[in-house]
Amino acid sequence: MADEKEIKWTGVKDMPPMAVSLGSMRVNKTGNWRNLRPVIDYEKCIYCFICWKFCPEPSIDIEAAQISERVDKKPVINLNYCKGCGICAEECPVKCIEMVKEEI
Amino acid sequence: MRSVIMGNHALSYGAKLSRAQVIAAYPITPQTEVVELLSQLCANGDMKAKFIKVESEHSAMAASMGASATGARAFTATSSQGLALMHEVLHWAAGARLPIVMGNINRAFGPPWSIWTEQNDSIAQRDTGWLQIYASSNQEVLDSIIQSYKVAEKISLPIMVILDAFVLSHTYEVVDIPEQSIVDKYLPPLEMEYKLDWKNPHAFGGLTKPDWYYELRYQIEEAQEQAKKLIVDTGKEFKEMFGREYGLVEEYKMDDAEIVLISSSTIASTLHVVIDELREQGKKVGLLRIRVFRPFPSEELRKILKGRKKVAVIDRNISFGHEGAFFTETKAALFNEKDHPPIFGFIAGLGGRDVTPDVLKDIFNIVETTEWPEKDIYWIGVKL
Ligand code: SF4
Ligand code: SF4
Repeated sequence: MADEKEIKWTGVKDMPPMAVSLGSMRVNKTGNWRNLRPVIDYEKCIYCFICWKFCPEPSIDIEAAQISERVDKKPVINLNYCKGCGICAEECPVKCIEMVKEEI
Repeated sequence: MRSVIMGNHALSYGAKLSRAQVIAAYPITPQTEVVELLSQLCANGDMKAKFIKVESEHSAMAASMGASATGARAFTATSSQGLALMHEVLHWAAGARLPIVMGNINRAFGPPWSIWTEQNDSIAQRDTGWLQIYASSNQEVLDSIIQSYKVAEKISLPIMVILDAFVLSHTYEVVDIPEQSIVDKYLPPLEMEYKLDWKNPHAFGGLTKPDWYYELRYQIEEAQEQAKKLIVDTGKEFKEMFGREYGLVEEYKMDDAEIVLISSSTIASTLHVVIDELREQGKKVGLLRIRVFRPFPSEELRKILKGRKKVAVIDRNISFGHEGAFFTETKAALFNEKDHPPIFGFIAGLGGRDVTPDVLKDIFNIVETTEWPEKDIYWIGVKL
């Protein structure tokens, strides 16, 4: 796995020869671009993970959770990177993701 | 092995000998034979490479980029409208610092529809960050591909090897096809420090803010500068192993030359004959062929042209609204020199019009009998 690095170079002489991330996205959180936040209603969720598949970032994580005998994981929005595009809410077959306004 | 082959096949054999691993290409006249032969070599197992048929030149360059980003040696070839369609991705390939090598057959743009030679297609790509080598014989085409991989992979920039449509692409010449084992010694397998590798994931080419984009551009310029010495050095090394030397420029009968004719590609080949004839008549004239257009060999030109009486640049391209590209660059290189010679600019041979020895002698006569250029640009042979 790439290191969690912030940009450490000082100039042309010690930087890589191309725009290459050295794991800087770990520290470079980009979720603050978002103005709508997806909220999953786990009561209605059918755990199909279509949202996970469609998230373009991808910022829906799959976390272990014993939901039922058959289902042992759930989708969790990673708000560090979610841009609030609403694709997950659009694609969810049971419409259990609500986009709520971010307040400062 | 000495073989009689066409310029296009010299490109194919260059790619084969360089052990290109991925070839993604789309056929276009007059480049078709390049990929025809390569696909055949891949299909019958003579080349251990993946041949990707694509639906356009834009995709050809995109696929080449993908291959190169994984650390594979990538090759493609195109011409004219195809090169123009690639334009966006050419910037990407250079910006991503991928050592792709491509053959481009110079062909005039339509409309009106044309398939004959002219340099406007490659000249229009001069600001993409690609290096440009203009070859003047089939042997040089083959050798330049091998040399280009060596240079490209050291400086992490892509290189275009350029040849004239038909005059070179479809002309058969004797070419020494070197032994694979010697080429392998000259050109070791590609090792890339940063590449697409799922074991060591990186994101490439991501959004870069003004605080670092500028430095990345400076790095490309540094690499272009570095290429100048590298082309000369790898050219000398090439001579030691293969007996043929290639640098940024080629000089012919330049020692005592007072009038210097500058050109590129096959116009420069023809100029050899013309210079010989003029020399027989006692004219002190020499040829300076510009082989590498990017990076532009400004220092060499300053050194070589110092103290000459007159210089003429013959361009088979036109930057509309101004003049020929080699002329512009030559003048710019000399502009800050004190007492530089007068520089005459000629346009000739657009759309594949033959540039015969007689045409070149006419140009020489104008330069010889005119003290200082009377026009910004001379168009030779236009039916007015
Ligand atoms: S809103 Fe967009 S970015 Fe955020 S989790 Fe849903 S699909 Fe992903
Ligand atoms: S798409 Fe909807 S139902 Fe399916 S897992 Fe995501 S939130 Fe649950």
